[in-house]
Amino acid sequence: MTRTIEEINAKIKAGKVVVATAEEVVGLVREKGVKAATEAVDVVTTGTFGPMCSSGVYFNIRQSTPKIKCGGGKVSINGVPAYAGWAAADLLLGCTAVSDEDPRNAVYPGLFSYGGAHVIQDLVQGKVVKIVASTYGTDCYPRKEYTVELGLQDFASAVMFNPRNCYQLYNVAVNLAKRTIYTYMGVLKPGLGNANFATAGELSPLLKDPTLRTIGIGTRIFIGGTEGYVIWPGTQHVAEPQRFDNGLPQSPSATLAVIGDLKRMNPQYLRAASIVGYGASLAIGIGIPIPVLDEQVMAHAAIPDAEITFPIVDYGEAYPLGRPGGLGRVSMAELLSGHIEVDGKRVSTGCLTSRAKAREVAAELKSRIQTGSFTLSRPVAPLPGAELAQGC
Amino acid sequence: MAIKKVVLNFPPRLIQEPVTYHLVRDYDLQVNIMRALVRPREKGRMVLELTGSQANMDKAFEYLDQAGVQVDALVQELRYNPELCVHCTACTAFCPTGALSVDAETRKIVFDASQCILCESCIPACAYQAIECQF
Ligand code: SF4
Ligand code: SF4
Repeated sequence: MTRTIEEINAKIKAGKVVVATAEEVVGLVREKGVKAATEAVDVVTTGTFGPMCSSGVYFNIRQSTPKIKCGGGKVSINGVPAYAGWAAADLLLGCTAVSDEDPRNAVYPGLFSYGGAHVIQDLVQGKVVKIVASTYGTDCYPRKEYTVELGLQDFASAVMFNPRNCYQLYNVAVNLAKRTIYTYMGVLKPGLGNANFATAGELSPLLKDPTLRTIGIGTRIFIGGTEGYVIWPGTQHVAEPQRFDNGLPQSPSATLAVIGDLKRMNPQYLRAASIVGYGASLAIGIGIPIPVLDEQVMAHAAIPDAEITFPIVDYGEAYPLGRPGGLGRVSMAELLSGHIEVDGKRVSTGCLTSRAKAREVAAELKSRIQTGSFTLSRPVAPLPGAELAQGC
Repeated sequence: MAIKKVVLNFPPRLIQEPVTYHLVRDYDLQVNIMRALVRPREKGRMVLELTGSQANMDKAFEYLDQAGVQVDALVQELRYNPELCVHCTACTAFCPTGALSVDAETRKIVFDASQCILCESCIPACAYQAIECQF
């Protein structure tokens, strides 16, 4: 059977839509098969929650009197430098930015206790931040210095804009070197002391639509507690990865650029992270609805943890030096068991993505669709390398 | 038989004293040293698990008190804050005792303070400051 997004939206409006989370359809397909599950379920909701470093917010501040031109000057928010190379009152704050005074890794491993991510978190938690601008004067913008304290709603706009989120498949990181290393994959103890992974597995948005048949530019998503959109392929998007028979890529591949209104976000789905020895980052809850347009969509959405595998990569040497260093693959189910085997050694696993929070996201998105407050959008164009399903 | 986990705080003048030796010989206690930190001329701290009869334990605490060793219960030393925890599970691979573990059903963290030996390995693993230690 097949469906279209219009048909699904009509069912949402009529209060008759059937929604299941990606975890739920794994069980459903195991029990009843793909065909019956496709007939039964209209939408599958996915979710993830983990640090995504390529995230940030652009702001517009209301003009002061006399007026000031931040563009070309310097601006900081709570001491964290923001980018001001735009027009008079537009600013960009990346989540990994830290203040000039932060010792960074000069005191190794650095703590990165306050960065751009923490400013964003403070705002979403309802705190006031201090903006300090200094610039040159012009005939139309004479003011040179401006200090102001603003809460989130005081900004004319505050838009989360992330050039790369939601990596489809990521490495499992281990360390073959002789000393502890501090990476974006967390702390890795020497000599295969532990293995870190960063994925929501069978809940992860892009793993549940591996060939991007339903997710494209213009797809409406859940981000940070509100609605947002996929606006472009993310940076470093790999259009044509090598794939397994089930459609899953063999190495890190698709990524998304996404956007959402920070003013409507909820601190429950947004958390600043201080990754020791690495930097500040922002953990974001993102959920993407997958319209069940045909059986292929359902078959993909129901791929279980046991069949999602990840490459194991040595971050002690192979990764920083850009060398291939295949240590084999491991499945999500094995990773979740708490131990994996690498090179004949039993290694404890820890995750950076919260499965518990990913579940919250998928469940929240499910309930919003069920109650009609979230409808699906048709992608306006496919992502590079993808072909949209009929019905999109 | 009583089992007790305690933190001993030594003033500088007592750092050289064979305190644990006295606990074993004079009070017949089993002493398991879980952690020790000594800063010469400053202070010394030691986390011990003591096993022995209640009577001997009481006498041992009297001895420590008279010797000028401050004894604290272990409990409040490692603070796990569930409000700040996002349940990523990054810390669990660092915990040698299983004090931090994951519930297989809910995928949430379970912290069992009685298993914690204050090794502090979990602290740098947590990006959300959900674990703090005051050793
Ligand atoms: S301090 Fe050590 S024993 Fe205690 S919870 Fe952390 S890792 Fe586990
Ligand atoms: S690392 Fe921190 S946030 Fe993650 S599960 Fe452990 S205590 Fe919670």
